Amino acid sequence: MDIKDLTIQKALEGYRKKQFSSVDVVTACLENVGRYNKEYNVLLTVRDEKDIIEEAKRVDSSLPLGGIPIVLKDLFTTDGVRTTAGSKVLDAYIPPYDATVVRKLKDAGAIIIGKANQDAWGHGSSGENSDFGSTKNPFDPSRVPGGSSSGSAVAVAMGMALAATGTDTGSSVRLPAAFCNLVGLKPTYGRVSRYGIIAMASSFDSVGHLTKTVYDNALICEITAGKDPFDGTSAEVPVPKYTGKLGKTLKGVTVGIPKEYFEMKGMDPRINDLTRKALDTMQGLGAQVIDISLPHTNVAMECYYILVPSEVSSNLARFDGVRFGNGRDEFGAESKRRMMIGTYALSSGYYDAYYKTASKVRTLIKKDFDDAFATVDVIVAPSSPTLPFRIGEKSNDPLAMYLSDIFVCPVNIAGIPALNVPCGFVDKLPVGIQLIGPQWSEEKLFSIGNAYELRTNNRH
Amino acid sequence: MDIQHIAKLANLLIDADQEKLFTLQLTAILAFVSKLQSVSTENVEPTAQVTGLVNVYRADVVDQSRILTQAQVLSNAKKTHNGYFVVPSVWT
Repeated sequence: MDIKDLTIQKALEGYRKKQFSSVDVVTACLENVGRYNKEYNVLLTVRDEKDIIEEAKRVDSSLPLGGIPIVLKDLFTTDGVRTTAGSKVLDAYIPPYDATVVRKLKDAGAIIIGKANQDAWGHGSSGENSDFGSTKNPFDPSRVPGGSSSGSAVAVAMGMALAATGTDTGSSVRLPAAFCNLVGLKPTYGRVSRYGIIAMASSFDSVGHLTKTVYDNALICEITAGKDPFDGTSAEVPVPKYTGKLGKTLKGVTVGIPKEYFEMKGMDPRINDLTRKALDTMQGLGAQVIDISLPHTNVAMECYYILVPSEVSSNLARFDGVRFGNGRDEFGAESKRRMMIGTYALSSGYYDAYYKTASKVRTLIKKDFDDAFATVDVIVAPSSPTLPFRIGEKSNDPLAMYLSDIFVCPVNIAGIPALNVPCGFVDKLPVGIQLIGPQWSEEKLFSIGNAYELRTNNRH
Repeated sequence: MDIQHIAKLANLLIDADQEKLFTLQLTAILAFVSKLQSVSTENVEPTAQVTGLVNVYRADVVDQSRILTQAQVLSNAKKTHNGYFVVPSVWT
C-alpha cells in the first residue's frame, strides 16, 4: 500500500468501500517508521505496535477519523505516554492526563502512532534545537525540515501517519509545512483549546496541524476547534463544517499582497517568482489581486522577540525539577537564551522600555492587519524567505535563525489564522505560500486553498 | 549587562564558558530589539491578549472528573515522602 500518497479522505473512503482496512493502513505507517525513523530522527516515542494494531482492529469506522493514524507533536500531553517537549528536562515525564485536543482526536477514532521530535519547547524554526538531535528534511536529508513542529511534518511527508498535530507560536506549523510540501494550519488564537499543550508563549500559542491536502486539514480542524471549558482563552465561536464549504473558484475574492514582504532583502528571487505565479493562478480562478501595505513589518521581529521570550520566561519557571522533570541545568542553550532575554525585558527598570513598548507595537501591528482586511478578503505571502537551508547553516547565529520567521510571525502577533499551501519546487525543494485571513476566517482560507490546490496539484 | 544577575533572576546556572558566549549573543539580540524605541507609540494602548474575551468564569463547584489523585500528582516527582513532594532546601 503506497501510503505516501494516501489522504485521510481516500482512507476513509477505502475503509467504507472495504477496499482496505485500518489495520492495513497503520501497518504501512509502522513499516515506514521502521524504515525511516532512525535516519530522519522523526518520532521520539513510538507506541507499542501491538496496541496500535489492536486499536485499528477494534476502531469504530463510522467515527469522523475512525482508523486514521496520526502523530502528535511532543508538546501535546498524552496520558501514560512519554511527553518531552523535545527537551532533556522532560525526557522521562509521563503525563497523567490527555490534552483536550488529544482527547477529541481519540474520541473521533484517530489512532496515535507516536510523539514527534521538535525544537525543545518550541524554541526554533528549523528542528535543530531539539535536545534529541535534528529531524531531517525528507526531500534532502542534509537540510532542515523546518520547525518547531519538525517531526510532525516529516512523519506525514514520509508516510508514518496521515496527519500530525503541531503548535504555531511564530512559525512552527507553517514553516515545516512549507519545507516539507504539506498543508499546515495556524488557526486563530483561541480557536483550538490549549489545555494540556505545554505552553510556550501563552498569548501567541496556536494549536494547529499538518496534512497532505486542504480537505484533510479542514476535516481535522472540525474535530479540534471549539470552546473548551478547560481553556479560558478558547472562544465561544461556533465551528462550521469546514469540509462542506470548500470552494472551486475565487470569483469575488480580493487578494492583498503586502508590498513590504516583496521588497524584503534576503528573499530568494525564485521564491518571489513562485509566489507571483501562484497569484497569477489565483487571478485565473477569478480573484482580484491588489497591493496593500503592512507598515510595521520592519519591527515585527523585534516586537516578537521581546514579547515571546518574556512569556516563555514565565511559562518555563514551573520546570523546577521538584514536581516533575529534571533540573533546570538540563535546559538547552536556546531555551536559556530566551528565558534570560525575557527575564531581562520584564525586570525592574527595563519593563517599560522593552515589554510595555513591545505590547504597544503589538497593537500597531494588529491594526495594520485589521486595516488591510477592510479592503481585502485574504493576504497572500511567502511562508519563508529562503528554501529549506542546510543543517548547521544558521545554527551558530541566533539572529539569522530568528529572521527566517519574518513572513510568519506577524500573524501570531495579530492572533489571526494562516494556512500554508504548497506552491511548487525550486531545485527539487518545496516552497509554500501563506493564505492569511482575519480572525475566525478559517472557512475562507480552506475554501481558497482548496480552489488553488485543485488547479495546481503540487503534490509532486 | 550583568548576565549572572539575569541568570539568578531566571533561576538558571550559567558557567564561565557559557557566560562569555551568552553575553555576546544576548547583547546582540538586545541591540536588535532596541530598534523598537524608534517606533512612535504615544497614545497607543498595549495589547495583552487578542481574543477580546473578558471575565471567563466557571461555577465555583468541585468537578471530580478534573481532579488528579494524589498518586497521579506525585507520579513524576523524583523525591517524595509520605505523599509529599520533597523540595530542595532554600537556605543558601
